[in-house]
Amino acid sequence: MNRTQFSITPWLLLMPAMVLLVAFTHYPAVATIWHSFFSTPKGASPSVFVGLENYALMADDPVFWRALFNNLWFALGTIPVSIALAIMMALWVNDKLLGRGLLRLAYFTPTVLPMIAVANIWLFFYTPQYGLLEQLTNALGLPSHNWLGNPDTVLGCMMVVAIWKEAGFFMIFYLAALQQISPVLAEAAGLEGASRWQYFWKVQFPLLMPTTLFVLINALINSFRLVDHIVVMTKGGPDNASSLLLYYIYEVGFSFWDSSYAAALTVVLLMMLAVIAFVKFRILDRRTHYQ
Amino acid sequence: MIAQATNPFGERNKILETVAAWVLGLLWLLPLIYAIWTAFHPAEFATRFSLTAPLTLQNFVNAWNAAPFPRYFLNTFLLVTMILIAQMVLATMAAYAFSRYRFRGDNIMFMLVLMQLMVMPDILIVENYNTMNLLGLRDTILSIGLPYFASAFGIFLLRQTFKTVPRELDEAATVEGASAMQVLWKVYVPLAKPIYLAFGLVSISTHWNNFLWPLIVTNSVESRPLTVGLQVFSSTDQGVDWSIITSATLMTSAPLLLAFLLFQRQFVQSFMRAGIR
Repeated sequence: MNRTQFSITPWLLLMPAMVLLVAFTHYPAVATIWHSFFSTPKGASPSVFVGLENYALMADDPVFWRALFNNLWFALGTIPVSIALAIMMALWVNDKLLGRGLLRLAYFTPTVLPMIAVANIWLFFYTPQYGLLEQLTNALGLPSHNWLGNPDTVLGCMMVVAIWKEAGFFMIFYLAALQQISPVLAEAAGLEGASRWQYFWKVQFPLLMPTTLFVLINALINSFRLVDHIVVMTKGGPDNASSLLLYYIYEVGFSFWDSSYAAALTVVLLMMLAVIAFVKFRILDRRTHYQ
Repeated sequence: MIAQATNPFGERNKILETVAAWVLGLLWLLPLIYAIWTAFHPAEFATRFSLTAPLTLQNFVNAWNAAPFPRYFLNTFLLVTMILIAQMVLATMAAYAFSRYRFRGDNIMFMLVLMQLMVMPDILIVENYNTMNLLGLRDTILSIGLPYFASAFGIFLLRQTFKTVPRELDEAATVEGASAMQVLWKVYVPLAKPIYLAFGLVSISTHWNNFLWPLIVTNSVESRPLTVGLQVFSSTDQGVDWSIITSATLMTSAPLLLAFLLFQRQFVQSFMRAGIR
Protein backbone atom coordinates (compact mmCIF):
# COMPACT_ATOMS: atom_id res chain seq x y z
CA MET A 1 0.00 0.00 0.00
CA ASN A 2 1.24 3.44 -0.88
CA ARG A 3 0.74 4.93 2.53
CA THR A 4 4.03 6.80 2.72
CA GLN A 5 5.41 7.33 -0.75
CA PHE A 6 3.89 9.98 -3.00
CA SER A 7 0.71 8.95 -4.68
CA ILE A 8 -1.64 10.87 -6.90
CA THR A 9 -4.65 8.80 -5.80
CA PRO A 10 -5.62 10.70 -2.62
CA TRP A 11 -5.46 14.01 -4.50
CA LEU A 12 -7.71 12.69 -7.23
CA LEU A 13 -10.13 11.41 -4.61
CA LEU A 14 -10.10 14.71 -2.79
CA MET A 15 -10.33 17.01 -5.78
CA PRO A 16 -14.08 17.13 -6.57
CA ALA A 17 -15.05 17.90 -2.96
CA MET A 18 -12.20 20.39 -2.57
CA VAL A 19 -13.08 22.29 -5.75
CA LEU A 20 -16.69 22.73 -4.60
CA LEU A 21 -15.68 23.65 -1.06
CA VAL A 22 -13.33 26.32 -2.33
CA ALA A 23 -15.90 27.62 -4.82
CA PHE A 24 -18.80 27.93 -2.38
CA THR A 25 -17.21 28.33 1.05
CA HIS A 26 -13.61 29.59 0.98
CA TYR A 27 -13.79 31.83 -2.08
CA PRO A 28 -17.06 33.56 -1.05
CA ALA A 29 -15.74 34.09 2.48
CA VAL A 30 -12.59 35.79 1.16
CA ALA A 31 -14.51 37.65 -1.57
CA THR A 32 -16.91 38.98 1.06
CA ILE A 33 -14.04 40.58 2.98
CA TRP A 34 -12.52 41.95 -0.25
CA HIS A 35 -15.80 43.41 -1.54
CA SER A 36 -16.56 45.07 1.77
CA PHE A 37 -13.81 47.61 0.93
CA PHE A 38 -15.44 48.60 -2.37
CA SER A 39 -18.58 50.50 -3.32
CA THR A 40 -21.61 48.84 -4.86
CA PRO A 41 -21.64 49.31 -8.66
CA LYS A 42 -24.71 51.31 -9.65
CA GLY A 43 -25.73 51.76 -13.27
CA ALA A 44 -22.96 53.68 -15.02
CA SER A 45 -20.71 54.09 -11.98
CA PRO A 46 -18.47 51.06 -11.47
CA SER A 47 -17.31 49.67 -8.15
CA VAL A 48 -14.43 51.68 -6.65
CA PHE A 49 -12.21 51.19 -3.64
CA VAL A 50 -13.66 53.08 -0.67
CA GLY A 51 -11.54 51.76 2.18
CA LEU A 52 -13.46 51.54 5.42
CA GLU A 53 -16.43 53.60 4.26
CA ASN A 54 -18.87 50.69 4.48
CA TYR A 55 -17.74 50.03 8.03
CA ALA A 56 -18.10 53.71 8.95
CA LEU A 57 -21.62 53.56 7.54
CA MET A 58 -22.28 50.47 9.61
CA ALA A 59 -21.09 52.09 12.83
CA ASP A 60 -23.63 54.88 12.26
CA ASP A 61 -26.44 52.57 11.17
CA PRO A 62 -29.00 52.16 13.99
CA VAL A 63 -30.65 49.23 12.18
CA PHE A 64 -27.37 47.29 12.18
CA TRP A 65 -26.92 47.81 15.93
CA ARG A 66 -30.55 46.89 16.52
CA ALA A 67 -30.18 43.65 14.53
CA LEU A 68 -26.89 42.79 16.25
CA PHE A 69 -28.29 43.33 19.75
CA ASN A 70 -31.52 41.56 18.84
CA ASN A 71 -29.38 38.63 17.75
CA LEU A 72 -27.44 38.61 21.02
CA TRP A 73 -30.66 38.83 23.03
CA PHE A 74 -32.15 36.12 20.87
CA ALA A 75 -29.18 33.82 21.59
CA LEU A 76 -29.21 34.71 25.28
CA GLY A 77 -32.96 34.14 25.54
CA THR A 78 -33.27 30.92 23.57
CA ILE A 79 -30.15 28.92 24.41
CA PRO A 80 -30.36 28.55 28.22
CA VAL A 81 -34.10 27.81 28.08
CA SER A 82 -33.75 25.26 25.25
CA ILE A 83 -30.90 23.54 27.07
CA ALA A 84 -32.79 23.42 30.39
CA LEU A 85 -35.90 22.06 28.65
CA ALA A 86 -33.83 19.57 26.66
CA ILE A 87 -32.24 18.20 29.84
CA MET A 88 -35.63 17.93 31.50
CA MET A 89 -37.13 16.16 28.51
CA ALA A 90 -34.20 13.77 28.30
CA LEU A 91 -34.42 12.92 32.02
CA TRP A 92 -38.12 12.19 31.69
CA VAL A 93 -37.84 10.16 28.52
CA ASN A 94 -34.88 8.26 29.97
CA ASP A 95 -36.82 7.31 33.12
CA LYS A 96 -39.38 4.58 32.66
CA LEU A 97 -42.34 6.94 32.63
CA LEU A 98 -45.77 6.01 31.37
CA GLY A 99 -45.92 6.37 27.57
CA ARG A 100 -42.38 7.55 27.14
CA GLY A 101 -42.29 6.50 23.48
CA LEU A 102 -45.15 8.88 22.78
CA LEU A 103 -43.52 11.59 24.85
CA ARG A 104 -40.30 11.30 22.91
CA LEU A 105 -42.33 11.60 19.72
CA ALA A 106 -44.10 14.72 21.03
CA TYR A 107 -40.84 16.41 22.00
CA PHE A 108 -38.93 15.51 18.85
CA THR A 109 -41.58 16.16 16.16
CA PRO A 110 -40.96 19.94 15.85
CA THR A 111 -37.37 19.14 14.83
CA VAL A 112 -38.52 17.29 11.72
CA LEU A 113 -40.94 19.98 10.54
CA PRO A 114 -39.62 22.64 8.17
CA MET A 115 -39.04 25.95 9.97
CA ILE A 116 -41.23 27.64 7.39
CA ALA A 117 -44.14 25.30 8.18
CA VAL A 118 -43.58 25.85 11.89
CA ALA A 119 -43.58 29.61 11.32
CA ASN A 120 -46.90 29.43 9.46
CA ILE A 121 -48.52 27.50 12.30
CA TRP A 122 -47.19 29.86 14.96
CA LEU A 123 -48.19 32.89 12.90
CA PHE A 124 -51.76 31.66 13.15
CA PHE A 125 -51.22 31.08 16.86
CA TYR A 126 -50.23 34.71 17.40
CA THR A 127 -52.77 36.30 15.01
CA PRO A 128 -54.65 39.25 16.50
CA GLN A 129 -58.37 38.83 17.23
CA TYR A 130 -58.85 35.18 16.34
CA GLY A 131 -55.50 33.46 16.95
CA LEU A 132 -55.41 30.82 19.68
CA LEU A 133 -53.34 32.94 22.03
CA GLU A 134 -55.80 35.81 21.68
CA GLN A 135 -58.72 33.50 22.39
CA LEU A 136 -56.96 32.20 25.46
CA THR A 137 -56.29 35.67 26.85
CA ASN A 138 -59.88 36.71 26.03
CA ALA A 139 -61.25 33.71 27.90
CA LEU A 140 -59.17 34.70 30.91
CA GLY A 141 -60.51 38.23 30.64
CA LEU A 142 -57.13 39.74 29.77
CA PRO A 143 -56.90 42.69 27.38
CA SER A 144 -56.32 42.06 23.68
CA HIS A 145 -52.70 42.21 22.57
CA ASN A 146 -51.09 42.29 19.14
CA TRP A 147 -48.21 39.94 19.90
CA LEU A 148 -46.28 40.32 16.65
CA GLY A 149 -47.26 43.94 16.03
CA ASN A 150 -45.74 45.24 19.24
CA PRO A 151 -41.98 45.92 19.30
CA ASP A 152 -41.85 44.93 22.98
CA THR A 153 -43.21 41.41 22.52
CA VAL A 154 -42.23 40.42 18.98
CA LEU A 155 -38.69 39.22 19.75
CA GLY A 156 -39.98 37.20 22.70
CA CYS A 157 -42.52 35.54 20.40
CA MET A 158 -39.73 34.62 17.97
CA MET A 159 -37.73 33.14 20.84
CA VAL A 160 -40.64 30.93 21.86
CA VAL A 161 -40.84 29.54 18.33
CA ALA A 162 -37.09 28.83 18.24
CA ILE A 163 -37.19 27.14 21.66
CA TRP A 164 -40.13 24.99 20.61
CA LYS A 165 -38.30 23.95 17.45
CA GLU A 166 -34.89 23.20 19.00
CA ALA A 167 -35.40 21.80 22.51
CA GLY A 168 -36.43 18.36 21.20
CA PHE A 169 -33.39 18.26 18.92
CA PHE A 170 -31.02 18.92 21.82
CA MET A 171 -32.93 16.38 23.92
CA ILE A 172 -31.63 13.46 21.89
CA PHE A 173 -27.99 14.35 22.59
CA TYR A 174 -28.73 14.41 26.30
CA LEU A 175 -30.64 11.17 25.96
CA ALA A 176 -27.61 9.54 24.36
CA ALA A 177 -25.39 10.84 27.15
CA LEU A 178 -27.78 9.77 29.92
CA GLN A 179 -27.83 6.25 28.57
CA GLN A 180 -24.08 6.12 29.16
CA ILE A 181 -24.51 6.82 32.88
CA SER A 182 -24.57 3.60 34.87
CA PRO A 183 -27.82 2.96 36.84
CA VAL A 184 -25.61 1.86 39.71
CA LEU A 185 -24.90 5.53 40.42
CA ALA A 186 -28.60 6.21 40.99
CA GLU A 187 -28.84 3.15 43.23
CA ALA A 188 -25.92 4.29 45.34
CA ALA A 189 -27.25 7.83 45.59
CA GLY A 190 -30.67 6.49 46.64
CA LEU A 191 -29.12 4.28 49.31
CA GLU A 192 -27.13 7.23 50.65
CA GLY A 193 -30.39 9.11 51.05
CA ALA A 194 -29.80 11.64 48.28
CA SER A 195 -32.89 13.31 46.81
CA ARG A 196 -33.67 13.22 43.10
CA TRP A 197 -32.66 16.89 42.97
CA GLN A 198 -29.30 16.27 44.64
CA TYR A 199 -28.63 13.30 42.40
CA PHE A 200 -29.25 15.49 39.35
CA TRP A 201 -27.03 18.39 40.43
CA LYS A 202 -24.24 16.36 42.00
CA VAL A 203 -24.05 13.41 39.61
CA GLN A 204 -25.97 13.72 36.36
CA PHE A 205 -25.41 17.38 35.50
CA PRO A 206 -21.60 17.25 35.86
CA LEU A 207 -21.48 14.07 33.77
CA LEU A 208 -23.58 15.79 31.08
CA MET A 209 -21.17 18.74 30.85
CA PRO A 210 -19.46 17.68 27.58
CA THR A 211 -22.91 17.32 25.98
CA THR A 212 -23.95 20.73 27.28
CA LEU A 213 -20.88 22.34 25.74
CA PHE A 214 -21.46 20.57 22.45
CA VAL A 215 -25.11 21.64 22.38
CA LEU A 216 -24.16 25.16 23.39
CA ILE A 217 -21.84 25.58 20.40
CA ASN A 218 -24.45 24.20 18.00
CA ALA A 219 -27.15 26.40 19.48
CA LEU A 220 -24.93 29.47 19.16
CA ILE A 221 -24.23 28.79 15.50
CA ASN A 222 -27.91 28.17 14.83
CA SER A 223 -28.95 31.41 16.47
CA PHE A 224 -26.87 33.29 13.90
CA ARG A 225 -27.81 31.10 10.98
CA LEU A 226 -31.56 30.49 11.16
CA VAL A 227 -33.81 33.36 10.07
CA ASP A 228 -36.54 31.48 8.16
CA HIS A 229 -39.13 32.28 10.82
CA ILE A 230 -38.28 35.99 10.66
CA VAL A 231 -38.84 36.05 6.89
CA VAL A 232 -42.23 34.35 7.25
CA MET A 233 -43.60 35.88 10.44
CA THR A 234 -42.38 39.48 10.82
CA LYS A 235 -39.98 40.48 8.03
CA GLY A 236 -37.86 41.95 10.81
CA GLY A 237 -40.61 44.31 11.93
CA PRO A 238 -42.23 46.16 13.50
CA ASP A 239 -39.58 48.88 13.30
CA ASN A 240 -36.74 46.29 13.06
CA ALA A 241 -37.62 44.99 16.53
CA SER A 242 -37.28 41.38 15.37
CA SER A 243 -34.53 41.79 12.77
CA LEU A 244 -31.55 39.44 13.22
CA LEU A 245 -28.11 39.91 11.65
CA LEU A 246 -28.54 37.42 8.81
CA TYR A 247 -32.02 38.75 8.11
CA TYR A 248 -30.64 42.27 7.83
CA ILE A 249 -27.93 41.00 5.45
CA TYR A 250 -30.66 39.40 3.35
CA GLU A 251 -32.66 42.65 3.37
CA VAL A 252 -29.67 44.84 2.42
CA GLY A 253 -28.43 42.40 -0.20
CA PHE A 254 -31.68 41.44 -1.89
CA SER A 255 -34.22 44.19 -1.15
CA PHE A 256 -31.95 47.24 -1.24
CA TRP A 257 -29.44 45.52 -3.58
CA ASP A 258 -26.50 47.12 -1.76
CA SER A 259 -24.08 44.21 -2.09
CA SER A 260 -21.01 46.02 -0.67
CA TYR A 261 -22.77 47.03 2.51
CA ALA A 262 -24.18 43.51 2.76
CA ALA A 263 -20.60 42.24 2.43
CA ALA A 264 -19.46 44.45 5.32
CA LEU A 265 -22.35 43.13 7.43
CA THR A 266 -21.44 39.56 6.50
CA VAL A 267 -17.88 40.21 7.72
CA VAL A 268 -19.33 40.97 11.16
CA LEU A 269 -21.26 37.69 11.06
CA LEU A 270 -18.10 35.85 9.98
CA MET A 271 -16.24 37.41 12.90
CA MET A 272 -18.91 36.21 15.34
CA LEU A 273 -18.59 32.69 13.95
CA ALA A 274 -14.79 32.91 14.12
CA VAL A 275 -15.06 33.78 17.81
CA ILE A 276 -17.34 30.79 18.38
CA ALA A 277 -14.91 28.56 16.49
CA PHE A 278 -11.99 29.89 18.49
CA VAL A 279 -13.75 29.24 21.79
CA LYS A 280 -14.68 25.78 20.64
CA PHE A 281 -11.26 24.65 19.44
CA ARG A 282 -9.01 26.49 21.88
CA ILE A 283 -10.91 26.27 25.13
CA LEU A 284 -13.75 23.78 25.13
CA ASP A 285 -12.16 20.95 23.18
CA ARG A 286 -9.32 20.95 25.68
CA ARG A 287 -11.52 20.90 28.73
CA THR A 288 -14.10 18.32 27.76
CA HIS A 289 -11.85 15.29 27.46
CA TYR A 290 -12.00 14.44 31.12
CA GLN A 291 -14.84 12.01 30.76
CA MET B 1 -32.69 -6.60 36.30
CA ILE B 2 -34.52 -6.21 39.58
CA ALA B 3 -32.46 -3.14 40.37
CA GLN B 4 -34.02 -1.12 37.57
CA ALA B 5 -37.61 -1.88 38.50
CA THR B 6 -37.40 -0.15 41.86
CA ASN B 7 -37.14 3.59 41.92
CA PRO B 8 -34.35 4.78 44.20
CA PHE B 9 -36.08 8.12 44.75
CA GLY B 10 -39.59 7.00 45.69
CA GLU B 11 -42.90 6.59 43.89
CA ARG B 12 -44.36 10.01 44.73
CA ASN B 13 -41.61 11.67 42.70
CA LYS B 14 -42.38 9.43 39.77
CA ILE B 15 -46.08 10.33 39.61
CA LEU B 16 -45.25 14.02 39.82
CA GLU B 17 -42.69 13.66 37.04
CA THR B 18 -45.05 11.72 34.80
CA VAL B 19 -47.69 14.44 35.11
CA ALA B 20 -45.18 17.21 34.44
CA ALA B 21 -43.73 15.34 31.47
CA TRP B 22 -47.15 14.94 29.92
CA VAL B 23 -48.14 18.54 30.48
CA LEU B 24 -45.03 19.60 28.61
CA GLY B 25 -45.65 16.94 25.96
CA LEU B 26 -49.19 18.21 25.31
CA LEU B 27 -47.96 21.78 25.26
CA TRP B 28 -45.37 20.71 22.69
CA LEU B 29 -47.98 19.04 20.51
CA LEU B 30 -50.50 21.86 20.85
CA PRO B 31 -49.44 23.91 17.80
CA LEU B 32 -49.49 20.81 15.62
CA ILE B 33 -52.87 19.63 16.94
CA TYR B 34 -54.22 23.11 16.36
CA ALA B 35 -52.97 23.09 12.77
CA ILE B 36 -54.49 19.67 12.14
CA TRP B 37 -57.83 20.83 13.59
CA THR B 38 -57.91 23.87 11.34
CA ALA B 39 -56.89 21.96 8.23
CA PHE B 40 -59.55 19.25 8.57
CA HIS B 41 -62.51 21.49 9.41
CA PRO B 42 -64.46 24.11 7.41
CA ALA B 43 -63.17 27.66 7.70
CA GLU B 44 -65.90 28.77 10.11
CA PHE B 45 -64.54 26.28 12.67
CA ALA B 46 -60.94 27.43 12.27
CA THR B 47 -60.98 29.03 15.68
CA ARG B 48 -64.16 27.57 17.16
CA PHE B 49 -63.77 24.27 18.90
CA SER B 50 -66.79 22.01 18.93
CA LEU B 51 -67.05 18.23 18.90
CA THR B 52 -69.83 18.40 16.33
CA ALA B 53 -67.76 20.29 13.76
CA PRO B 54 -67.89 18.40 10.46
CA LEU B 55 -64.65 16.96 9.08
CA THR B 56 -63.62 17.92 5.57
CA LEU B 57 -60.82 17.48 3.06
CA GLN B 58 -61.97 20.46 1.03
CA ASN B 59 -59.20 22.70 2.41
CA PHE B 60 -56.57 20.34 1.03
CA VAL B 61 -58.31 20.20 -2.34
CA ASN B 62 -58.50 23.99 -2.47
CA ALA B 63 -54.86 24.39 -1.48
CA TRP B 64 -53.70 21.78 -4.00
CA ASN B 65 -55.58 23.53 -6.80
CA ALA B 66 -54.59 27.05 -5.80
CA ALA B 67 -50.86 26.69 -6.48
CA PRO B 68 -48.59 24.44 -8.57
CA PHE B 69 -47.88 22.10 -5.66
CA PRO B 70 -47.27 19.00 -7.82
CA ARG B 71 -44.43 20.90 -9.51
CA TYR B 72 -43.04 22.06 -6.14
CA PHE B 73 -43.11 18.49 -4.85
CA LEU B 74 -41.24 17.33 -7.95
CA ASN B 75 -38.66 20.13 -7.56
CA THR B 76 -38.03 19.31 -3.91
CA PHE B 77 -37.78 15.62 -4.70
CA LEU B 78 -35.24 16.28 -7.47
CA LEU B 79 -33.29 18.69 -5.27
CA VAL B 80 -33.09 16.38 -2.28
CA THR B 81 -32.12 13.37 -4.42
CA MET B 82 -29.48 15.32 -6.30
CA ILE B 83 -27.89 16.65 -3.14
CA LEU B 84 -27.99 13.26 -1.44
CA ILE B 85 -26.26 11.45 -4.31
CA ALA B 86 -23.63 14.17 -4.78
CA GLN B 87 -22.88 14.38 -1.05
CA MET B 88 -22.58 10.61 -0.69
CA VAL B 89 -20.20 10.21 -3.64
CA LEU B 90 -18.01 13.25 -2.90
CA ALA B 91 -17.85 12.65 0.84
CA THR B 92 -17.02 8.96 0.38
CA MET B 93 -14.12 9.76 -1.93
CA ALA B 94 -12.74 12.54 0.24
CA ALA B 95 -13.13 10.54 3.45
CA TYR B 96 -11.34 7.61 1.81
CA ALA B 97 -8.43 9.89 0.89
CA PHE B 98 -8.19 11.23 4.43
CA SER B 99 -8.48 7.90 6.22
CA ARG B 100 -6.46 5.54 4.01
CA TYR B 101 -3.68 7.73 2.68
CA ARG B 102 -0.99 9.92 4.23
CA PHE B 103 0.03 12.72 1.95
CA ARG B 104 1.82 16.03 2.14
CA GLY B 105 -0.58 18.65 3.44
CA ASP B 106 -3.28 16.21 4.51
CA ASN B 107 -3.78 18.00 7.82
CA ILE B 108 -4.09 21.39 6.16
CA MET B 109 -6.58 19.98 3.68
CA PHE B 110 -8.62 18.51 6.50
CA MET B 111 -8.63 21.80 8.38
CA LEU B 112 -9.86 23.50 5.20
CA VAL B 113 -12.70 21.00 5.04
CA LEU B 114 -13.62 21.49 8.70
CA MET B 115 -13.92 25.25 8.18
CA GLN B 116 -17.24 24.62 6.49
CA LEU B 117 -18.70 23.42 9.78
CA MET B 118 -18.42 26.99 11.05
CA VAL B 119 -18.80 29.05 7.88
CA MET B 120 -21.64 27.41 6.02
CA PRO B 121 -22.86 28.43 2.56
CA ASP B 122 -26.08 29.47 4.37
CA ILE B 123 -24.56 32.77 5.45
CA LEU B 124 -22.50 33.56 2.32
CA ILE B 125 -25.65 34.38 0.38
CA VAL B 126 -24.51 37.54 -1.39
CA GLU B 127 -21.30 36.13 -2.90
CA ASN B 128 -22.81 32.78 -3.79
CA TYR B 129 -25.66 34.57 -5.53
CA ASN B 130 -23.09 36.46 -7.63
CA THR B 131 -21.30 33.20 -8.44
CA MET B 132 -24.54 31.60 -9.61
CA ASN B 133 -25.22 34.64 -11.77
CA LEU B 134 -21.74 34.38 -13.25
CA LEU B 135 -22.19 30.68 -14.01
CA GLY B 136 -25.58 31.42 -15.58
CA LEU B 137 -27.22 28.97 -13.18
CA ARG B 138 -29.51 31.31 -11.26
CA ASP B 139 -33.09 30.07 -10.94
CA THR B 140 -32.26 26.40 -11.54
CA ILE B 141 -32.59 23.46 -9.19
CA LEU B 142 -28.86 22.83 -9.64
CA SER B 143 -28.06 26.29 -8.25
CA ILE B 144 -29.96 25.50 -5.03
CA GLY B 145 -28.04 22.29 -4.49
CA LEU B 146 -24.54 23.08 -5.76
CA PRO B 147 -23.19 24.90 -2.66
CA TYR B 148 -24.15 21.89 -0.52
CA PHE B 149 -22.65 19.13 -2.68
CA ALA B 150 -19.39 19.04 -0.75
CA SER B 151 -20.41 18.45 2.85
CA ALA B 152 -17.72 18.88 5.50
CA PHE B 153 -20.06 17.17 7.91
CA GLY B 154 -20.38 14.11 5.66
CA ILE B 155 -16.62 13.95 5.05
CA PHE B 156 -15.93 14.19 8.77
CA LEU B 157 -18.49 11.55 9.69
CA LEU B 158 -17.28 9.05 7.08
CA ARG B 159 -13.61 9.68 7.85
CA GLN B 160 -14.24 8.79 11.49
CA THR B 161 -15.96 5.58 10.42
CA PHE B 162 -13.40 4.60 7.77
CA LYS B 163 -10.63 5.00 10.33
CA THR B 164 -12.18 2.20 12.40
CA VAL B 165 -11.97 -0.28 9.49
CA PRO B 166 -9.38 -2.92 10.49
CA ARG B 167 -6.21 -2.51 8.45
CA GLU B 168 -5.95 -6.31 8.02
CA LEU B 169 -9.14 -6.33 5.94
CA ASP B 170 -7.74 -3.62 3.70
CA GLU B 171 -4.38 -5.37 3.33
CA ALA B 172 -5.92 -8.75 2.65
CA ALA B 173 -7.99 -7.28 -0.18
CA THR B 174 -4.97 -5.45 -1.58
CA VAL B 175 -2.83 -8.60 -1.52
CA GLU B 176 -5.50 -10.39 -3.51
CA GLY B 177 -5.08 -7.73 -6.17
CA ALA B 178 -8.02 -5.44 -5.52
CA SER B 179 -7.58 -1.87 -6.77
CA ALA B 180 -8.03 1.14 -4.48
CA MET B 181 -11.55 1.64 -5.82
CA GLN B 182 -12.45 -2.01 -5.31
CA VAL B 183 -11.18 -1.90 -1.74
CA LEU B 184 -13.31 1.17 -1.10
CA TRP B 185 -16.42 -0.38 -2.61
CA LYS B 186 -16.00 -3.92 -1.22
CA VAL B 187 -14.47 -3.25 2.20
CA TYR B 188 -15.05 0.30 3.45
CA VAL B 189 -18.51 1.20 2.16
CA PRO B 190 -20.32 -1.93 3.43
CA LEU B 191 -18.86 -1.43 6.91
CA ALA B 192 -20.12 2.15 7.06
CA LYS B 193 -23.77 1.38 6.21
CA PRO B 194 -25.31 2.72 9.46
CA ILE B 195 -23.41 5.97 9.01
CA TYR B 196 -24.65 6.32 5.45
CA LEU B 197 -28.22 5.84 6.70
CA ALA B 198 -27.71 8.39 9.47
CA PHE B 199 -26.12 10.94 7.18
CA GLY B 200 -28.77 10.32 4.51
CA LEU B 201 -31.70 10.98 6.85
CA VAL B 202 -30.11 14.12 8.23
CA SER B 203 -29.28 15.36 4.73
CA ILE B 204 -32.78 14.70 3.38
CA SER B 205 -34.54 16.46 6.23
CA THR B 206 -32.09 19.39 6.17
CA HIS B 207 -32.54 20.07 2.48
CA TRP B 208 -36.25 19.35 2.39
CA ASN B 209 -36.54 22.12 4.99
CA ASN B 210 -33.99 24.57 3.60
CA PHE B 211 -35.55 27.93 2.83
CA LEU B 212 -33.46 31.11 2.71
CA TRP B 213 -30.98 30.17 -0.03
CA PRO B 214 -33.63 28.72 -2.40
CA LEU B 215 -35.78 31.80 -1.73
CA ILE B 216 -32.91 33.99 -2.91
CA VAL B 217 -31.70 32.03 -5.90
CA THR B 218 -35.03 30.99 -7.48
CA ASN B 219 -37.87 33.03 -8.88
CA SER B 220 -39.96 30.73 -11.03
CA VAL B 221 -42.36 27.85 -10.54
CA GLU B 222 -40.02 25.55 -12.49
CA SER B 223 -37.25 25.70 -9.91
CA ARG B 224 -38.90 26.60 -6.60
CA PRO B 225 -38.83 23.93 -3.90
CA LEU B 226 -41.83 23.30 -1.62
CA THR B 227 -40.68 25.57 1.20
CA VAL B 228 -40.40 28.59 -1.08
CA GLY B 229 -43.58 27.64 -2.93
CA LEU B 230 -45.43 27.48 0.38
CA GLN B 231 -44.14 30.90 1.37
CA VAL B 232 -45.12 32.47 -1.96
CA PHE B 233 -48.52 30.80 -1.70
CA SER B 234 -49.31 31.81 1.86
CA SER B 235 -47.99 35.36 1.65
CA THR B 236 -49.44 36.50 -1.66
CA ASP B 237 -52.22 34.30 -2.98
CA GLN B 238 -54.29 33.62 0.06
CA GLY B 239 -54.75 36.69 2.18
CA VAL B 240 -55.81 35.29 5.53
CA ASP B 241 -57.64 32.07 4.72
CA TRP B 242 -55.97 30.13 7.50
CA SER B 243 -57.75 26.85 6.78
CA ILE B 244 -56.16 26.69 3.36
CA ILE B 245 -52.77 27.92 4.55
CA THR B 246 -52.57 25.34 7.32
CA SER B 247 -53.65 22.55 4.94
CA ALA B 248 -50.89 23.60 2.54
CA THR B 249 -48.46 23.73 5.45
CA LEU B 250 -49.34 20.23 6.60
CA MET B 251 -49.32 18.95 3.04
CA THR B 252 -45.77 20.16 2.41
CA SER B 253 -44.42 18.67 5.63
CA ALA B 254 -46.45 15.44 5.37
CA PRO B 255 -43.92 13.25 3.54
CA LEU B 256 -41.19 14.06 6.04
CA LEU B 257 -43.55 13.71 8.98
CA LEU B 258 -44.84 10.35 7.74
CA ALA B 259 -41.31 9.09 7.12
CA PHE B 260 -40.44 10.19 10.63
CA LEU B 261 -43.42 8.40 12.19
CA LEU B 262 -42.61 5.20 10.28
CA PHE B 263 -38.87 5.23 10.96
CA GLN B 264 -38.88 7.01 14.29
CA ARG B 265 -36.16 4.91 15.84
CA GLN B 266 -33.82 5.25 12.86
CA PHE B 267 -34.43 9.00 12.73
CA VAL B 268 -33.64 9.57 16.39
CA GLN B 269 -30.61 7.28 16.26
CA SER B 270 -29.39 8.93 13.07
CA PHE B 271 -29.63 12.42 14.48
CA MET B 272 -27.89 11.15 17.59
CA ARG B 273 -25.11 9.43 15.66
CA ALA B 274 -24.67 12.37 13.33
CA GLY B 275 -24.50 14.85 16.17
CA ILE B 276 -22.00 13.15 18.41
CA ARG B 277 -18.58 13.70 17.02
